[in-house]
Amino acid sequence: MEKFTTLAGAAAPLTRANIDTDTIIRIERLTGIRREEMGAYAFEALRGEPDFVLSRPEFQDAPILIGGANFGCGSSREGAVWALMGMGLRCVIAESFGDIFFNNCFQNGMLPIALPADDIRRLADQCAGGNARVTVDLQRQVVIAPRGEEIPFTIDAMRREALLEGLDDIGLTLKHEAAIDAYHAGDSAARPWVWQPGV
Amino acid sequence: MSQRTLFDKIWDSHVVADLGGGWVLLHIDRHLLHDLSGARALAEVEEKGLKVRHPELAFATPDHAVSSAPGRTSETFQPGARLIASLRRRAAATGVRLFDLGEDGQGIVHVMGPELGIVLPGTTVICGDSHTCTNGGIGALAFGVGSTELTHALATQTLRQQKPRRMRVRFEGMPGPGVTPKDLILHLIGQIGAAAGTGYAVEYAGSAIRAMPLEGRLTICNLSIELGAKMGMIAPDDITFEYLAGRLFAPKGAAFEQAVAAWRQLPTDEGARFDREEVIDAAAIAPTITWGTSPEHAIAVDAAIPDPADAPDAAHRDAWRAALDYMGLEPGRPIAGTKVDWVFIGSCTNSRMSDLRAAAAVAKGRHVAAGVTAWVVPGSERVKREAEGEGLDKIFTDAGFAWREPGCSMCVAANGERVPPGQRSVSTSNRNFVGRQGPNARTHLASPAMAVAAAVAGAIADVRRI
Repeated sequence: MEKFTTLAGAAAPLTRANIDTDTIIRIERLTGIRREEMGAYAFEALRGEPDFVLSRPEFQDAPILIGGANFGCGSSREGAVWALMGMGLRCVIAESFGDIFFNNCFQNGMLPIALPADDIRRLADQCAGGNARVTVDLQRQVVIAPRGEEIPFTIDAMRREALLEGLDDIGLTLKHEAAIDAYHAGDSAARPWVWQPGV
Repeated sequence: MSQRTLFDKIWDSHVVADLGGGWVLLHIDRHLLHDLSGARALAEVEEKGLKVRHPELAFATPDHAVSSAPGRTSETFQPGARLIASLRRRAAATGVRLFDLGEDGQGIVHVMGPELGIVLPGTTVICGDSHTCTNGGIGALAFGVGSTELTHALATQTLRQQKPRRMRVRFEGMPGPGVTPKDLILHLIGQIGAAAGTGYAVEYAGSAIRAMPLEGRLTICNLSIELGAKMGMIAPDDITFEYLAGRLFAPKGAAFEQAVAAWRQLPTDEGARFDREEVIDAAAIAPTITWGTSPEHAIAVDAAIPDPADAPDAAHRDAWRAALDYMGLEPGRPIAGTKVDWVFIGSCTNSRMSDLRAAAAVAKGRHVAAGVTAWVVPGSERVKREAEGEGLDKIFTDAGFAWREPGCSMCVAANGERVPPGQRSVSTSNRNFVGRQGPNARTHLASPAMAVAAAVAGAIADVRRI
């Protein structure tokens, strides 16, 4: 997984509540398209709206998206994260996130940052023109707004380390192989019906 | 020992290792695999040079990208043919049990899990599908994961997880005539919002839940993710045990008795604490339907379409306006009477026998209105056969509904089955998102009985008044 340390660039404001993962990537796009190509199909359902923020030329290379409440709710499709990354995004700053989407971000080196509604509004206002620059510093855990204000954010320590180091979860888990085997041995005696389906 | 919740009991008994900082390695007891995410995950395990650790604990079936057309094969919907072929090949190579098209057991993955007794009380269950929470109706800790976590779990039989907070929703009192589990859960989401459950494992309780048959409990838990919660659950009781007895993968004989004795210890202890509690008066709930593009846009069928001027804040006002525009609705008008073009009865929310019986009871002796296309898609091969055995298919076809083959069909539109652009559908599924049932399709979520009422009236209608 690619490391995440700091990121700077334009931030596209899309602060409508409840942007779901179906809206981020249509399900048909998950069947025939490679991950790397999904960016071209992100937000298809919203592309037809006049002045859709991600259709504006000044946000074409934006690495940051500013979202509203419950961003990424709905389907568990990890393709939603791949589609955003395919557009060049590496960070979503929103009021809140769908649980599964939030988790899927970390699996792919994408940083989701939750900030209070007031901070989101201020950031979105400052970025609306398109020529403003936001910096995200994961080491220091701050978002630096276009006018220079530093907004601290919290992130779970283990998730932060995994992003900074680009760690792979499966490799870490397999270090606990002995504990997994011990669980199996104990639990298969305690709950045999779990381990022998239908017996 | 302190009083614990149903959630805590299951969680605590599945901790393999404490990873520090609030993280644990959680044991996963069951994997449910479907054509869209399952084949890919099995492939990834192999590509990473790993093995499926316990193939005997994984069960697969094609549901998402399959046609529901009568007489369908895996080739009928061509883009899905490749996925099914891959699922067959990978399942055979890894030793995962697959329930294929036309075989007893095949169905929507969250219909299959409970129906075959794969999902049991006190188990942890995952699937690359957000509606895995459905299985919480059995008293399991079941949740959806993305592809990477699915691969992780197949390879290690564990997931790295942080404990969510606990919420309890008590539905107290008996729902009135025409009010079903679907109405209860839509009403709840309409009241507390589509993000209310974010970060929580939700337990549903109260007298309405205790009296509810098992399939209704699956419907309630199904929409947990629409409440924002990836886990929803209901304590197992005699209704659960009676449902499970004799099912293919449920324990048998003395093992079943031993399991039931353990399962009786699972319900939340008296006095256990939750981080959030809600109490809903189930007797006061009307048949409920959505008007907008989020499940929280739910209102009583006899209510008026909301006005964005009344939205709680600017972000919601923006979302309400966009939703009304997309749905082609005017604020202030009654939702009832809105003309519909399509009716879909099916999905992991509402495609089981009790749903089809409720729908057939309304359809019997009536006919689908001119200009409405109405489909019934049973949740599984077994549901289909049982419904045909009871003559429900005949009631539906006599009433002008199409009777189709089991699968996700028009809920997810990943199979070529879509509501045409600009057309309006009343659907028993779980998501009214923009484009969910097809680009520019307009979806109203409702119960099976309400869906039939809309089909016969040709417009959104109050099932209590037809």
